[in-house]
Amino acid sequence: MTGCETIGIELNGERRELARTSVAGLVAQLGLRPEVVAVEVNQTLVPRAERERRELASGDKVEVVTLVGGG
Amino acid sequence: MTATTEIATPPWLADESLVIGAHVFTSRLLVGTGKYKDNEETRAALEISGTQCVTVAVRRVNLDVGKGPSLLDAIDRSRYVILPNTAGCYDAASAVRTAQLARDVLETNLVKLEVLGDPKTLLPDPVGTLEATKELVKQGFHVLVYTSDDPRLGVRLEELGAVAVMPAGSPIGSGQGILNPNAIRILLELVRVPVIVDAGVGTASDVAIAMELGAAGVLLNTGIASAREPLRMAAAMRDACTAGRQAFLAGRIPRKLYANASSPAEGLIHAAGRPDPA
Repeated sequence: MTGCETIGIELNGERRELARTSVAGLVAQLGLRPEVVAVEVNQTLVPRAERERRELASGDKVEVVTLVGGG
Repeated sequence: MTATTEIATPPWLADESLVIGAHVFTSRLLVGTGKYKDNEETRAALEISGTQCVTVAVRRVNLDVGKGPSLLDAIDRSRYVILPNTAGCYDAASAVRTAQLARDVLETNLVKLEVLGDPKTLLPDPVGTLEATKELVKQGFHVLVYTSDDPRLGVRLEELGAVAVMPAGSPIGSGQGILNPNAIRILLELVRVPVIVDAGVGTASDVAIAMELGAAGVLLNTGIASAREPLRMAAAMRDACTAGRQAFLAGRIPRKLYANASSPAEGLIHAAGRPDPA
């Protein structure tokens, strides 16, 4: 595996190609404020403290959520 | 520093606080943050309502406007406890995942659990609600559970460890008020944890009725947010909550079929009763 390997993931239901990265890297690439989002990969939460360590792989289904108005 | 005038509550109006898990509230109104025009209206409505606990929902980020303002910017967390919900979940597993995501963002163990039956009625699914309550309690969540007004189901949810039971007055957003006050009344007798009437509140009198029944609090959203003047309605809901609570504590008079004069029957300048027809 090389550093610039491209992976294909499903991000919030949409196919995305991106350079291999961690969950934290993905959040940064998307321009999101890390403190207002939560991420799960393949239906399992990746806690905030583990985002740096958690590398994404091809085929991962990633959900990035935030808080919105609701009752 | 702005000067604030503290008006002390006279002892005869004093009330105990609402305690949910580790949180202590003097306001018994819980307010949702959905359906407002913008963050500014949300902020103003919350402030006017006097609430200390506000609900939020968990949704996919909008990847096109990722850097925009967050709802969290509009909610002063030193002032409001944030209660994330699992609205939109139709099975226990999704609700548990949603609660976990919310806990990761907010670093709170609180969750307003909703496991719904179908999108048209938004009625709570009792079996899924029980399953999810059990799992979330096991995972250390403090579960405030949205449920029907079924008293026995409320008892089961309490037994599973819910910190509050939240029966619907009527379907979410329907504005039909408290459709079955007797069910709520029985539920209040059977359940020891705080019972918060959640959903269906259309106007201030609905809040007052729930509080007069003895509910520990009322949670509402649409009733304020979709009113013609949300800020004025926020004030009305705040006052109704206080009025209903005080009426409950004061103890209403029993309903009677016949009249009971407020003025003395003695000392009339004429004989009591209608004069005989001449």
